[in-house]
Amino acid sequence: MIASAATPGMVRKILLSILVPAFNVLLHTGIFIFLRDSDLNSIVYAVLAILWGVVGVYFMYWSLNWVVEQYSDVWRRRIQPFLFVGPAFLLLSWLLLIPTIRTLIMSFQNAASTEFVGFANYAAVFTDRLLITALRNNLLWVVFGATACIVLGLLIAVLADRSSFERTAKVIIFLPMAISFVAAGVIWKFIYYYQPGDEQVGLLNAIVVALGGEPQAWTSMTQPWNNLFLIVILIWMQTGFAMVIFSAALKGVPDDILEAARVDGAGEIRIFFRIIIPFIMTTILSVSTTIVVFTLKIFDVVMIMTGGQYNTDVVATQFYRQLFMFQNNGYGSTLAIILLIAVIPVIIFNLRQIRKQGGF
Amino acid sequence: MRRRSRRAGSKTVVNVVLAVICLIWLIPTIGLFVSSFRPATEILKTGWWTVVPHKENVAKDQIQLPKDTDLRQPIQVNGQTFSDDQLREGVKAADGTTFMWQNRRARTIDVLEAGWKMNTEFTTENYKGVLTGKTYEIKDTDGTVKTKKGNGMSQAFLNTLVVSIPATIIPILIATFAAYAFAWLRFPLRKTMFVIVIMLLVVPLQIAMIPILRDYTALGLNGTFLGIWLAHAGFGLPLATYFMYSYISQLPRDLFESAFMDGASNFTIFTRLILPLSVPSIASISIFQFLWVWNDYLVALIFIGNQPDVQVLSMKIADMVGTRGNDWHLLTAAAFVSMLMPLAVFFGLQKYFVRGLLGGSVKG
Repeated sequence: MIASAATPGMVRKILLSILVPAFNVLLHTGIFIFLRDSDLNSIVYAVLAILWGVVGVYFMYWSLNWVVEQYSDVWRRRIQPFLFVGPAFLLLSWLLLIPTIRTLIMSFQNAASTEFVGFANYAAVFTDRLLITALRNNLLWVVFGATACIVLGLLIAVLADRSSFERTAKVIIFLPMAISFVAAGVIWKFIYYYQPGDEQVGLLNAIVVALGGEPQAWTSMTQPWNNLFLIVILIWMQTGFAMVIFSAALKGVPDDILEAARVDGAGEIRIFFRIIIPFIMTTILSVSTTIVVFTLKIFDVVMIMTGGQYNTDVVATQFYRQLFMFQNNGYGSTLAIILLIAVIPVIIFNLRQIRKQGGF
Repeated sequence: MRRRSRRAGSKTVVNVVLAVICLIWLIPTIGLFVSSFRPATEILKTGWWTVVPHKENVAKDQIQLPKDTDLRQPIQVNGQTFSDDQLREGVKAADGTTFMWQNRRARTIDVLEAGWKMNTEFTTENYKGVLTGKTYEIKDTDGTVKTKKGNGMSQAFLNTLVVSIPATIIPILIATFAAYAFAWLRFPLRKTMFVIVIMLLVVPLQIAMIPILRDYTALGLNGTFLGIWLAHAGFGLPLATYFMYSYISQLPRDLFESAFMDGASNFTIFTRLILPLSVPSIASISIFQFLWVWNDYLVALIFIGNQPDVQVLSMKIADMVGTRGNDWHLLTAAAFVSMLMPLAVFFGLQKYFVRGLLGGSVKG
């Protein structure tokens, strides 16, 4: 009796469990192929895409969830979570997780990824002049760029905290973070612009000429120090980030400790190094890791300013060059893996931080 | 009393130092903005800062010397004696004006007087040229008319919007579902999956590009909007998931428990309770993702490449830097066009913007 009563229900559930996902797969594949191959006006196209992104994705969750709701409590509780994380995880697997493994494998293969070459690519990275230059420049970026961002960010945060126009100052310093590196590249290329003769329209050369110096082509002159002129752009853009976070941390330093130190006759500089810095050390550490990671991956600035010429290549631009100009998947993958290795300490740091906060 | 006055003094110093730093930070952007409105010929002749009133020698008068003046001898000008070299460099006369050859061969001398000057020639031609993609004319100082083609930036502007909006909505919707599961549902592999998300937060995008490029070639997705949406969706997911997780996991437990008691399903709780409550967080991360995609150059360069009809702003400007590196009137205008959206978001939605950027700073 029970068995026969359960059977029609079971059949229905099984049918639904097959049909609804199958329908979803068909529907989204259909939309996918339609969007890929159709030749629509780009606005119509975008509207369709937005509809797909919102209604389509929502419908997928809703319909699959509806199927799961038909199951018994136990099964529903087992399956539903996977329904919620599933799409995210599939997308992550396809676009990040599996590619990482594939890149790792390719880094042990030759340029066309047809046969294994062992550690030859890694050996090349540390012997090929082009690649060594890229590594050295990345080091310059991290040492000068990241340090300057952090020191300046802290300095400006402290100054802003004691000034009469804190908000305005913070807005001004933070503003460059909003714009793209490409636009920032144009801005700074114009500042560094050099033309022969006395009349300089680039700000830097105009200042140099006004002070009685010789105008220079800054981004191609004395290598490797021309890199510093590119690094200035990073500093201009990222100092605001460090400043805003430091500024929030500074507000957390208790006033009574500072007052007590002042009453004891400690100077402002002493207070800064002995009380404020230790107090915000964790913030300094996390800002530093963030900026270092960002700096390691620097790409746009170099592409726009010099295209990697005049010995300004960094790992990310050399990766692009190996991939598209020399079609060398082996070197390209190896450079990507080197970037990955460089951020591994940060990954571990992040995991620890999140575990400490009781994240999981 | 003494203490207070010392404090006040140091406050002035702080204000001055900070003001100088702010000025340094602002000048690059101001330079771009001013230059983008200056005529093509002016930009290359005088610095953009000459739009500010400044002292400059202005020709007030001319003196015609006898045509047979011997330049090797001391030269008599208005009763004073100068050498040829002095006149070449410009020399101060007794009345404070400066004498300088206007045309040495014709023996004419300019009488220059230091006066306030301001370059106030502005134009919107640069923007017209950059936006329309039509040819337009520039009149040179010597009267020749050059025709130059503009750049069709308005199409690129539109394309950037078309890329950015779906590339923001898709990952954030998917990420919010996942974040809810990570925060409030218990399931096997939950920890492992979450650790993977955290690990992927800072992973450099380069690591995924070669394999994705191969998949895209196989699927025919290179140079399509669909391809770049999916790429941005995938790359934006770890951060969006983590960002939404940290918010959703902080919501009070009682909230769901009473809803559960009333027999609401997870899906109902998610759509009726979580989503509305998360609006501020969703706004922050959306703004971050939107601007990230808007400003992106790397992903567009790799996955859109040279496809002309799907070209985005950053690609277009990078192209212009390469091909018309000295056309500063076009470059500055184009760069400013690309900055319009970020600046509008920055000033319009500052609270969410800052929160999103701070949360998003870890993104690879």
